[in-house]
Amino acid sequence: MVRMKHVYWTVLLLLLASLIPAGFAGAQEKVLLMATTTSTEDTGLLNVIAPEFKKATGIDLRWTATGTGKALKLGESCDVDVLMVHAPDAEKKFVADGFGINRKEIMYNDFVIIGPAADPAGVKGKSVKDALLSIQAKKANFVSRGDKSGTHMMELDLWKVSGAAVPEKEAWYAQAGQGMMATITIAAEKNGYTLADRGTYIKYENNMKGAPPLKILVEGDQTLLNQYSVIAVNPAKCQKAQVELATKFSNWIAGPEGQKLIKEFKVMGKPLFTANAK
Amino acid sequence: MDFLLQGFFKAIELLTTGDPETFSAVYATLVVSAYSLAVTLALGLPLGFCLGYFDFSIKKQVRVVVDTLLSLPTVFIGLLVYAFFTNRGPLGEWGLLFTLSGIAVGLTILALPVVIALSATAVESMDRQLRVALISLGANRQQLVLSTLWEARHGIIAAGLTAYGRVMTEVGIAMMVGGNIKWQTRTITTAIALETNKGEFAMGIALGLVLLMIAFGVNVSVSFLRKRY
Repeated sequence: MVRMKHVYWTVLLLLLASLIPAGFAGAQEKVLLMATTTSTEDTGLLNVIAPEFKKATGIDLRWTATGTGKALKLGESCDVDVLMVHAPDAEKKFVADGFGINRKEIMYNDFVIIGPAADPAGVKGKSVKDALLSIQAKKANFVSRGDKSGTHMMELDLWKVSGAAVPEKEAWYAQAGQGMMATITIAAEKNGYTLADRGTYIKYENNMKGAPPLKILVEGDQTLLNQYSVIAVNPAKCQKAQVELATKFSNWIAGPEGQKLIKEFKVMGKPLFTANAK
Repeated sequence: MDFLLQGFFKAIELLTTGDPETFSAVYATLVVSAYSLAVTLALGLPLGFCLGYFDFSIKKQVRVVVDTLLSLPTVFIGLLVYAFFTNRGPLGEWGLLFTLSGIAVGLTILALPVVIALSATAVESMDRQLRVALISLGANRQQLVLSTLWEARHGIIAAGLTAYGRVMTEVGIAMMVGGNIKWQTRTITTAIALETNKGEFAMGIALGLVLLMIAFGVNVSVSFLRKRY
């Protein structure tokens, strides 16, 4: 019986001890932690970029993909080293508040309003403003991200610019609170409209084997530009932020190699992003 | 509908071809569930035993608290653990955010009430006569405790399995504390969430089946042990 007790405590101690090194193991290698938006992961762009970046610099890029709102929050809390996000106004505020430095615009795609091919609200080919007003007038189903992501912030802006109040509590307006692809799926189920970034939409088209129930109805409007930027977390606010690695990354992604990769990244033969680093 | 069937074949493909991403997620899932279950059992079984075995003045109140904690929402635990482990949080120095150990801590909080409550019930529901019989047979205090534990073993194993099922299938804590980082903290469940977000439903189903197969393996080995003892 005494021996059993020994075994018990030994096993327990061993298990507890084995927990500790696992927590610190990551500190040895050069690891750059990035918070980013769902679209960069869901489209598969980061899976192409990360291995090339490692080849070029030996730095292991790891990322956690959330909405832009939470990504900025992770930056404020010093939990990541660098951000790749797409909400210019919120980003500028983030930098102005001293949380981030060295904001670099690296690429853009555009937002599109997608909806059922039958187009019950008759928005096809209209301007963004007229399209939203028409959806509102017809009370057609509209699915919003509703998660403070870059896309959500853009959508809220578009309602404001159109002169329509955000239809927060209308029965036809659903706030999914989920990522872009999930939101598109919900919109398809509800036979409704939504605002999507083109990259995720092309991925969706690809998933649907090129015959998606939702089609692009409104596009090409200047207001629909979707700019992505990279921001380093400010080491003055966050001692542990690896500003050196973050700078290497933003220089690389904004440099010829990174920009070329972005340009050449295609799904279904269509480019998803346009590289535009200055 | 056809993604269900596709998912089934995909699951077999992932396992037979040794898909590295899947195995990395399997590894992460096994590590976090093993860590958390080990700590949970080490802490929870003695506590559950005490709660079931001894009579003390606030026993009922403690029981109500433990039973309430059975309903702790996992995303809430995730937020709590995040609040402590973020670099701006009190335990930020430990560097546990976005690590498997960090997830394991959250899962331990999730599983502890399960093990305590169920093992307490297992011990409590033992035949009251057992104690009398053991004492009359001349058992000392230690023998009394160990015999009671042994007699309650099936209930305790059930407690362990229930807790294992909870931690292995958990997604809120793993997402919030782990961050779903590829090759690092992506567990099977957060991978399923990601594949679903990407609209890759077949892949999500496949990963779900992989998880079920692991659970099946664990349960088969436990039931084998149960037969032998």
